[in-house]
Amino acid sequence: MNNAAPALPPRGFILRTLRAGRARGFPWVPALLLALVVLAALGGGAVTPHDPNGLNLGVAFRPPFWQAKGSWVYPLGTDNLGRDILSRIIAGARISLIVAFYAIVFSGGVGALIGMIAGYFGRAVDAFIMRVVDIQMSIPALALALVFAAVLPPGLGTVIVVIVVTYWTWYARIIRSEILSLKERDYVALAKVAGCGTATIFLRHLLPNILNTLLVLASLQVGQVIIFEASLSFLGLGIQTPDVSWGLMLADARAYITNAWWAITMPGFAIMLTCLSSNLVGDWLRDTLDPRRRQL
Amino acid sequence: MLGFLARRVVLGLVSIVGASVVIFIVSRLSGDPIVLLLPIEAPPALIAATRQAMGLDEPLWMQYLIFAGKALTGDFGNSYRWQMPALRLVLERLPATVLLALAALSFSILLAVPLGVLSAVRRGTWVDSLGKGFAMLGQAMPNFWVGLLLILVLAIQFNLLPAYGYGTAAHLVMPAIALGWYPVAAQTRVVRSAMLDVLDSDYIRTGRAVGAPEWVLIWKYAFRNAAIPLVTMLGVYFAAMLSGAFVVEVIFAWPGVGRTVVEAVFSRDFPVVQAGVFFTSILFVLSNLLVDLSYSLIDPRIRNE
Amino acid sequence: MNPAAQSPGKARPVLRVENLRTHLFLNRGVVRAVDGVSLEVAESEILGLVGESGCGKTMTCLSILRLLPRPGGRIVAGRIELDGTDLVPLSDREMARDWRGRRVSMVSQDPLTSLNPVFTVGDQVGAPFRYHGLARGRAAIRAAATAALRRVRIPSPEQRLNQFPHHFSGGMRQRVVSAMAIACVPRLLVADEPTSNLDVTIQVQMMELYRDIQRETGLGIILITHDLGVAAGLCHRVAVMYAGRIVESGPVHTIYKAPLHPYTQALLNSIPKLGQKRGRLHSIPGQPPSLIDPPPGCRFAPRCPQRMERCDLSYPPEFERAPGHRVACWLAEGGP
Repeated sequence: MNNAAPALPPRGFILRTLRAGRARGFPWVPALLLALVVLAALGGGAVTPHDPNGLNLGVAFRPPFWQAKGSWVYPLGTDNLGRDILSRIIAGARISLIVAFYAIVFSGGVGALIGMIAGYFGRAVDAFIMRVVDIQMSIPALALALVFAAVLPPGLGTVIVVIVVTYWTWYARIIRSEILSLKERDYVALAKVAGCGTATIFLRHLLPNILNTLLVLASLQVGQVIIFEASLSFLGLGIQTPDVSWGLMLADARAYITNAWWAITMPGFAIMLTCLSSNLVGDWLRDTLDPRRRQL
Repeated sequence: MLGFLARRVVLGLVSIVGASVVIFIVSRLSGDPIVLLLPIEAPPALIAATRQAMGLDEPLWMQYLIFAGKALTGDFGNSYRWQMPALRLVLERLPATVLLALAALSFSILLAVPLGVLSAVRRGTWVDSLGKGFAMLGQAMPNFWVGLLLILVLAIQFNLLPAYGYGTAAHLVMPAIALGWYPVAAQTRVVRSAMLDVLDSDYIRTGRAVGAPEWVLIWKYAFRNAAIPLVTMLGVYFAAMLSGAFVVEVIFAWPGVGRTVVEAVFSRDFPVVQAGVFFTSILFVLSNLLVDLSYSLIDPRIRNE
Repeated sequence: MNPAAQSPGKARPVLRVENLRTHLFLNRGVVRAVDGVSLEVAESEILGLVGESGCGKTMTCLSILRLLPRPGGRIVAGRIELDGTDLVPLSDREMARDWRGRRVSMVSQDPLTSLNPVFTVGDQVGAPFRYHGLARGRAAIRAAATAALRRVRIPSPEQRLNQFPHHFSGGMRQRVVSAMAIACVPRLLVADEPTSNLDVTIQVQMMELYRDIQRETGLGIILITHDLGVAAGLCHRVAVMYAGRIVESGPVHTIYKAPLHPYTQALLNSIPKLGQKRGRLHSIPGQPPSLIDPPPGCRFAPRCPQRMERCDLSYPPEFERAPGHRVACWLAEGGP
């Protein structure tokens, strides 16, 4: 007899499990860091101490405040054009989060939908979709991204499109196997007997039960997506000036690496700290929402 | 087992064909390649003639078939930029990429295995926490940043290794480390969790009951079993190396396919982009096939199926 | 009847366990899994250790071999003397090098998971010879392994050496594990329910095998089982365990014919007898006590049909009601 788990409203379910998992070592510092990044992103221009694009050759190549020629005016130093690195990092946070948000929402949405279709309808539809997934996964991610980047005009939109096209397969595969086991449950059969249309079954019965998995997947993807965007921008195929991206900062700084070690280090640290925090929060989320998979 | 292999080969072929379709379609998305070949002021007659000569006036599916047919004979067209066959350009540079990917993979395994095994054997102690922390850190650092840091410290600050180029083992060290850094985290986790499972098993207890020394238990009896999940993932890791190579090669001016394709993307040199990505996919499919083959060598339970 | 039931002559005990206490340190508390167990096994003797799940019989045997779960399991008190040497203070390396597999060995319950799936049977059966230095060089180790397989009556042993465990049936795998256990002619064999996962016919074969080996080498055997029938058919002496302690021990005939402890009596009553009129099967009501915080008195008291006031107040000492027959029960007080 299959467990008949009725479809619960997503909000209550998540809140309850989060409350239950609170005791289990919530990663405060990473979460705080992430909150800072989000605030920086939302604050936009209002939060930066200087104009991120403000050229001022007179103060070019200032080191960070703890070094001899540094000062608190430019706490993390300036780059070759005199732009304040801290301000640029804050501005870059905005771009990174926008990209991460849209990319994950769309790739997750598209991937989950395709996965649900494949898992639910099965047989020919499933086989076809899985072949497509296999084929796409046989092209290394960045390579595929490059092919797309070659044909689309560089910029924020392209980056998001490229990430969506590259990452939907992960969601599709995992959601598909979830659906495969879920669709055998009694409540799905009952819904069908009651005459529910496919869309209703998807929305009311299947979706709430894969929400957990989706959430965990999404949170674990944040780090990867940020790094992916940084890589694209670093190569010059992603974000373009005057937009600021951490990857772009690193690409610029490469030219004068011998003069300003901080220009190479600081944006990289920003990437690393953001990814680390989101990975830690994602791990905690996974442990909370699925205690069976907790790693000792 | 032959049946299993045959199926995998067929699937691999399907994947390659599919990849070629995807690559073909996407590169055609940009519109008219003619624009890149001929100067803007070219007379319409010349444009039409060139278009016909290149087969660009045919319907898309026909163009694909022409492309596929030519590809089977090794003709990927000429590089728009270099006026030489794209295939030759790519094949000449493929070995360098493979070398880099293999070196990076070896580096990551050499790091991940001891870390994972030690973490598992000393579960809960500071060694375990160190291993996990190190792995977490690795997963948060983009490979190109690691490369830049390595250049900053080892090449510029201490002048120990060359920052660019190709030719000696010294040139390989930094790119391999930069590329191999990221998967260390995932691999360490796989090894650790596999070892934890294995160390709890009945057959390890039998080994203990028989009086085998501890190091034999860990490195011979336990690790052989724990290595299986790692080996099965090798194909995936190799693909990640191939993917990451694109960026690392640019940083270190490594003369591989990756750097060539990136440059080709900038110059809209489609034949090279197509050939480069296509061969990277072939490499990937091949490596997966090899890993599948090795399953039977690693796990005797599969040998008889 | 059990032909081996005559106790062999009074030889020096191979194993003497004195007041063993083993605790499991878990998150939820300290489980006193073995709480003061004393027993002896003589040469050429089979001691049956009987009791329900969780009574501590497996933990006792893991303690003897020092194979307690790590982390968490620890011997906190007592002596375990094998041929006179106390094993408790030895380091793990010493145990592995000189004792485990060499002088004391173990066969455990599930043959399907007891063998390493990625190594040949030859490699595994050769392991005790290799690690205790009883054979050196590939050829000698192979020969020794072949001989060991032959002793446990596996046909065509030379060919079987190169095969993997999944080529063997459950019964055959148990033989392989037994071959590993007796390879170095140990003094004591601990068999933890070696036949519960096997067919009944195989069970009989396995037990005859163990008895034959005992006749050849004089090793002592501790046989853990929850099956009283198996114990009756094989053992010379039986010790009944409950909640971490031995409640009754003695020669097998006496225990079965005239059990003194109410728990033993209840166990024997719960076995359905052939020819008995159909009625309800007897079972013992209630549950064993928690081993984290055991009660001060007799641990069986809450379920005992002959419970007295005294039983809840203090734990009864062992009374020897007949030579070799000991009971820890207040009812037995008052002499034979």
